[in-house]
Amino acid sequence: MTVADVSLDRLVDWLTRFRALVTENQGYLTELDSAIGDADHGSNMARGMNAVIDKLGEPQTVDALFKTVGMTLVSSVGGASGPLYGTFFLRIGTTAGAVDSLDGATLSAGLRAGFDGVISRGKAEPGDKTMVDAMGPALDALDASLGSGSDPAAAAAAAFEAAQRGRDATEPLVARKGRASYLGERSAGHLDPGATSTAFLFQALAEALA
Amino acid sequence: MKKLINAPEAVLADALLGIDAAHPELTVDHANRIIYRGTPTRAGKVALISGGGSGHEPLHGGYVGLGMLDAACAGEVFTSPTPDQMQEATKVADAGAGVLHIVKNYTGDVMNFEMAAELAEAEAGTRVASIVVNDDVAVEDSTWTAGRRGVGLTVLLEKIVGAAAEEGRDLDAVVALATRVNESGRSMGMALTSCTVPSAGKPTFDLPDDMMEIGVGIHGEPGRHRVPLAPAASIAQQLVEPILADLDFTKGPVIAMLNGMGGSPLIELYLMYGEVAKLLEKAGVTVARNLVGNYITSLDMAGCSVTLLQADDELLGLWDAPVNTPGLRWGV
Repeated sequence: MTVADVSLDRLVDWLTRFRALVTENQGYLTELDSAIGDADHGSNMARGMNAVIDKLGEPQTVDALFKTVGMTLVSSVGGASGPLYGTFFLRIGTTAGAVDSLDGATLSAGLRAGFDGVISRGKAEPGDKTMVDAMGPALDALDASLGSGSDPAAAAAAAFEAAQRGRDATEPLVARKGRASYLGERSAGHLDPGATSTAFLFQALAEALA
Repeated sequence: MKKLINAPEAVLADALLGIDAAHPELTVDHANRIIYRGTPTRAGKVALISGGGSGHEPLHGGYVGLGMLDAACAGEVFTSPTPDQMQEATKVADAGAGVLHIVKNYTGDVMNFEMAAELAEAEAGTRVASIVVNDDVAVEDSTWTAGRRGVGLTVLLEKIVGAAAEEGRDLDAVVALATRVNESGRSMGMALTSCTVPSAGKPTFDLPDDMMEIGVGIHGEPGRHRVPLAPAASIAQQLVEPILADLDFTKGPVIAMLNGMGGSPLIELYLMYGEVAKLLEKAGVTVARNLVGNYITSLDMAGCSVTLLQADDELLGLWDAPVNTPGLRWGV
């Protein structure tokens, strides 16, 4: 059976699962951030996603849903993650528009616009040891999978695989953006916390669309 | 973790209640976590707004008052405040002459203040300018990092630029002065211990008893180098030398700050200032004004930082101008 359309319910399920993953792994994300940052990524993401789920209500359109998500993250997370994840979701919403479901192509376009927003807000490039290193490969894999005729569920699974590989590939990198960059060579040998939470984002998407 | 708190998640809200109780001359917006002066910004005066993660007290809320800031936005511990806080502070503090955002150079702070400035300009047409403070010489290869961090110089800049705004200078003049102060100051910090973020519950990093971190910032992040613990005279040298190597401080009077990170007693800070003063004299640097104490801290981290600012008669005059805030008070 294939799922051609991604309904609003599934998108809400994506966010609910992402909240569960960052909440369950709050200590782990903070531990990663303690090694090369300032020990707040887990608590920030958990606080932000808890606020998102509290505020969701019953949105009728994809743009309304993601506007709420983005604005809530921007206003409740702070740090660098707030504007970055907030911008990501806001752009998905504005790109999708007032529709009540997405198909493979519009899902891809939304995520891609979100990713562009992350790049323009954070100015990170691939290899800087940031969330970009997980998100970029994930979206490339999603597009490749859709391009070869897969449905959104299979494409999301491929995106999650690629996000994990991208996350793992941040371990040896020397950070060039964010607070970890102040450590220079000492930032190598640790997973990037932002790439790790981004891998959870795609895990949640894959599970929600499965 | 042993801390004077009720619960880790309530630290900021509870601390703001305490600031409110201790300082009736300030107004605290608890919902938005903004500290304002007790009286509105004088019409036609440029409003100065700063903010950042909490845990650096007295920075920033302790510098709200006559001669310094008009408002300060408090974020969670070590986490930048959010754009809607800054937008609200900008709207409330603007007295028609525009607003200067004083931002310490950290990725999160810069992004959140950028979003806030865009929102304030788009929604209310408020003229917002920003100064991004980046004085930390510990950050080498700054083209390959997020750039130099904003640390101790932020305190001196808020004082001097605050005095200029109080005099009635317009936004362009205030921005030009802030830029000049930022270009004329440098800092370097060190830590004897890590600090413990309340929500993390344990020290951010482990530092053996016989080691210290040189080149730390103000968030309990490890420094650039971990080296064996040394006598104060040697530590002073390891802080002062990189500063003097980065900028010439012999061209005029200098304002010097020996700042405590929060967990070092004043007797040690004065001892360190004595060592720093000796080194500066030997290097031909004339210290005209100084501050010794806890002015920009990193929770309970033990350690200190040195900040030097190359001044002139104008900057010294602004430094000496009256200031009345919880953290700095003179001439009133």
